[in-house]
Amino acid sequence: MAGNWELFSHDADMGIRGIGPTFENAFEQAGLALTGVLIDPSQIEAKIPVNISCSDQKIDTLFYDWINELIYEMAHQHLIFGRFEVKISQDRQGQINLQGKAWGETIDLNRHPLAVEIKGATFTELKAEQNENNEYVVQCIVDV
Amino acid sequence: MDTRKLRRLSETEWEAQPHGKMRVPGIIFADEVLVREMDEKVFEQMTNVATLPGIVKASYVMPDGHWGYGFPIGGVAAFDPDEGGIVSGGGVGFDISCGVRCLVSELTREDLEPVKEDLAHQLSRSIPAGMGRSGRIFLDFPEMDDMLLGGAQWAVEQGYGTKADLGRIEEQGCMKGAHPQDVSEKAKKRQQDEMGTLGSGNHYLEVQEVVEIFQTDIAETLGIKLGQIVISIHCGSRGLGHQIGTEYLREMALMADEYHFKLPDRELACAPINSPLGQRYLGAMRAGINCALANRQIITHLLRDAWERTFPAKASLNLLYDVSHNTCKVEKYPVDGKLKDLYIHRKGATRAFGPGHPSLPPTLQKTGQPVLIGGSMGTSSYILTGVAEAEIRSFNSSCHGAGRAMSRHQALKQWQGKQLVADLEEQGILIRSPSYRGVAEEAPLAYKDVTAVVNIAEKAGLSRKVAKLSPIICVKG
Repeated sequence: MAGNWELFSHDADMGIRGIGPTFENAFEQAGLALTGVLIDPSQIEAKIPVNISCSDQKIDTLFYDWINELIYEMAHQHLIFGRFEVKISQDRQGQINLQGKAWGETIDLNRHPLAVEIKGATFTELKAEQNENNEYVVQCIVDV
Repeated sequence: MDTRKLRRLSETEWEAQPHGKMRVPGIIFADEVLVREMDEKVFEQMTNVATLPGIVKASYVMPDGHWGYGFPIGGVAAFDPDEGGIVSGGGVGFDISCGVRCLVSELTREDLEPVKEDLAHQLSRSIPAGMGRSGRIFLDFPEMDDMLLGGAQWAVEQGYGTKADLGRIEEQGCMKGAHPQDVSEKAKKRQQDEMGTLGSGNHYLEVQEVVEIFQTDIAETLGIKLGQIVISIHCGSRGLGHQIGTEYLREMALMADEYHFKLPDRELACAPINSPLGQRYLGAMRAGINCALANRQIITHLLRDAWERTFPAKASLNLLYDVSHNTCKVEKYPVDGKLKDLYIHRKGATRAFGPGHPSLPPTLQKTGQPVLIGGSMGTSSYILTGVAEAEIRSFNSSCHGAGRAMSRHQALKQWQGKQLVADLEEQGILIRSPSYRGVAEEAPLAYKDVTAVVNIAEKAGLSRKVAKLSPIICVKG
């Protein structure tokens, strides 16, 4: 998983950002940032896999969907993820498709003192673009 | 906020005159200190809301207004369906029907003090809080639909609480017009094991002492005495509400072009009330309201169980009232001399009906509706009541809490969770939370001064102060 991730400050909530040599890497890194809102992702054992797929016309809304799918799986299956893999392709109609996989473990409150619960991704500060260093950057604010 | 952009109408009222695409003015209820503390973004969001189709009279901001998604938190706006009015997911918020309920005990501080530690332990064990803690109830899909239709009434039928509770909940515990079929399977799945859970962030269950009474007559009618112990519960519609909010926000944002809405901000996503999407959102959002009402009702049941184990001789806990502060509700108001059904969005704002309002039960006709204002961990909370003049002033709306003064990031830099818990314990306040980092992010001083907010809400004629509550035990997510 090439690249890096960071959190950025926001009034009441938290911003997540993934940076990488490709959009795919940046999406993967943003997955780590999402976990980073709750706990240090390096503490998470990547043992249970979950498949995620989403599809959109635009890359930024695809990112919004990717993060929301991860939030849904975390909430519904009580999982926390530590590793991500993303493949992005575009079909002839221009639709952008994402096939992703996240690996994690079941939340165990004794080992995972999670700071908050994430409600959802938002359109605020939503970006999916290349920066001046030719790196791909994806980001948004998540509501906690 | 730069006050030069505003016209001061009175000591507590500021106006942003219509400019650009604004259809109505923006009105902020605040004194100079509070208005200056508000982010510039609040001005931008308030004026953005004023551009939306069918808005009536003004785009309002309550004294605790702060930056939200699309609409400001503390935002109130009414829309007329006959004038192309809209309904907005961002105008309700992600946590649909998040709210506060308050229960009144027979105990005083002296009764509580010797068993405080034990009670804190019992409560944190009995009431699941924080991410990853599920409830003890699992709903299959048919049960889920019954819950989404029935709200707290459904919960009472299942044995959680009493019929008397229902009279002290907005809508008598059941929001009409809910359509479980408009709630996605994902939203329902997310909720299956989350009934009776607090959640996290600023949600809590707090044991509090009544430390000051401002209106003796009203307090007496409501059954509140100085030194009495009360319990406040702050939480919402959990995963179901969050999922509804997320999905409809996306759908409304993608439909904006089709409706020819030129939205200055994607989070303002909305749909005409009289459109299939608008109607579907209303059906789902009302189901979300019922989920929140049922959730707070089940938590009340868990609380009463724990209370009875600790205080078998003085076990009664009467519901004072239950308010929701993230909603869109249909209410009647006069517009140009005609009584009309308006869709009142309150996002981080509390409905505050004054004395004599037909929606209130007979026992609250004289006092007006209780307005419950949550503090932040370790600070005071307030019980207010509605006043008649708020009908013309703010569509019967008042503030909802303190509002954050700094980001979670800043709070984490400034405080250590463990130290905060120790400091608060020294002041006699027990905090029970699964996460020290969560506690640091929710540090009391990361919030605005709730006392300043309620003082202005009273001065501005939005509601009236009745009692001040001070925390003793706080179970946080």
